Amino acid sequence: MRLAVASGKGGTGKTTVALGLAIVAGEVTLVDCDVEEPDDHLFLGGKGDLVEEVTIPVARVDEDKCTHCGECARACVFGAIAVVKDQVIVIDDMCHGCGVCGLVCPEDAIHEERRRIGEVTLQERNGLHLYTGFLDIGQPLATPLITRLKTLAPDNGLQILDSPPGTACPVVETIKNTDHCLLVTEPTPFGLFDLTMAVDMIRELGVPFSVVVNRDREGYEEMDRYLEKEGVPVLMRIPDSMEIAKLYSRGLHFVEAMPEWRERFSRLLDELTGGGA
Amino acid sequence: MLVAIPTNGNDLSGRIDERFGRCARFILVDPETKEFKVVTNPAAVQSGGAGITAAQTVIDQGADVVIAGEVGPNAFSVLERAQIKVYSRVSGTIHDALDLLESKQTTVAEEPTGPARHQR
Repeated sequence: MRLAVASGKGGTGKTTVALGLAIVAGEVTLVDCDVEEPDDHLFLGGKGDLVEEVTIPVARVDEDKCTHCGECARACVFGAIAVVKDQVIVIDDMCHGCGVCGLVCPEDAIHEERRRIGEVTLQERNGLHLYTGFLDIGQPLATPLITRLKTLAPDNGLQILDSPPGTACPVVETIKNTDHCLLVTEPTPFGLFDLTMAVDMIRELGVPFSVVVNRDREGYEEMDRYLEKEGVPVLMRIPDSMEIAKLYSRGLHFVEAMPEWRERFSRLLDELTGGGA
Repeated sequence: MLVAIPTNGNDLSGRIDERFGRCARFILVDPETKEFKVVTNPAAVQSGGAGITAAQTVIDQGADVVIAGEVGPNAFSVLERAQIKVYSRVSGTIHDALDLLESKQTTVAEEPTGPARHQR
């Protein structure tokens, strides 16, 4: 079973919920898809062992064959190629490696090389296998790294995917083809606004979903009114607790330090997996 | 000499669009005769790589000089390779830009005005 944890707004507690579920699950694959700023590994210590250096194709022009006709630049929907008088410029950061420039080139003057965009690592603790994608600093393309990360991480048992924030391509890539998505939110106007965008996105994807309200407290009823109106089930409410925050700031998950929360996350996992992962 | 200037307007009284890659149109003007033509910027609605496509557009139009507000790193590197002189951080109308060029009160930019705004 593939279970995604996403949010819309950043900083609502995706990693808190994903890690809590992974810790109580026993044998599990946790996949940190927030490749621009992965943080699950901080709770396990270290960065893990290298599984693979991830590369994507990038267009290269053979200047001996090129006639500077400009077909490649006109065909590139990403605007990654410019033809200037007698030279062709490929902006590597913008090239998605789709290969269309090579297809339209009448002189067969374009080939692909591979360039590194990041790496995937693996670490293990007590049956928790954490696969992390690390996007190299300065690289703008997170999605192909997430695609590769999801391919490398085994999905024969329970797999939990910790999503990046937002509702853009990297999030869609993380959530698609999962069996269920937990949306973590907080009772604030920002939390609600971004939740509505996340709900709209996930309905497009057709993935079943439910909500966890984190840092829950009195005083913002709009969130509950929205959830009720949309018929979105709330599976857990985590209170705005100084004790939980203090543990977390020391790199300790409250599931490990507070037995009642271990019990509650176990019940949440059972509910999501139908009792058996 | 042909000068390319990003604009929202349709003639020399129009204002410089501060965005190079995402401007609606380019006005191409001969500063001697003040003859001009206006071309649509195909990059205005492109999902990514707008600066590069916008630079390609002014190159294809035969511009020798660009006067603009902001010019990002991708557009700048393409214009530089095409040996087009870039005057950046200029605002006001197209007339103002041409006056500035004529009075030599602006210097050629040596670097982009800010980081790329990739849409991912």
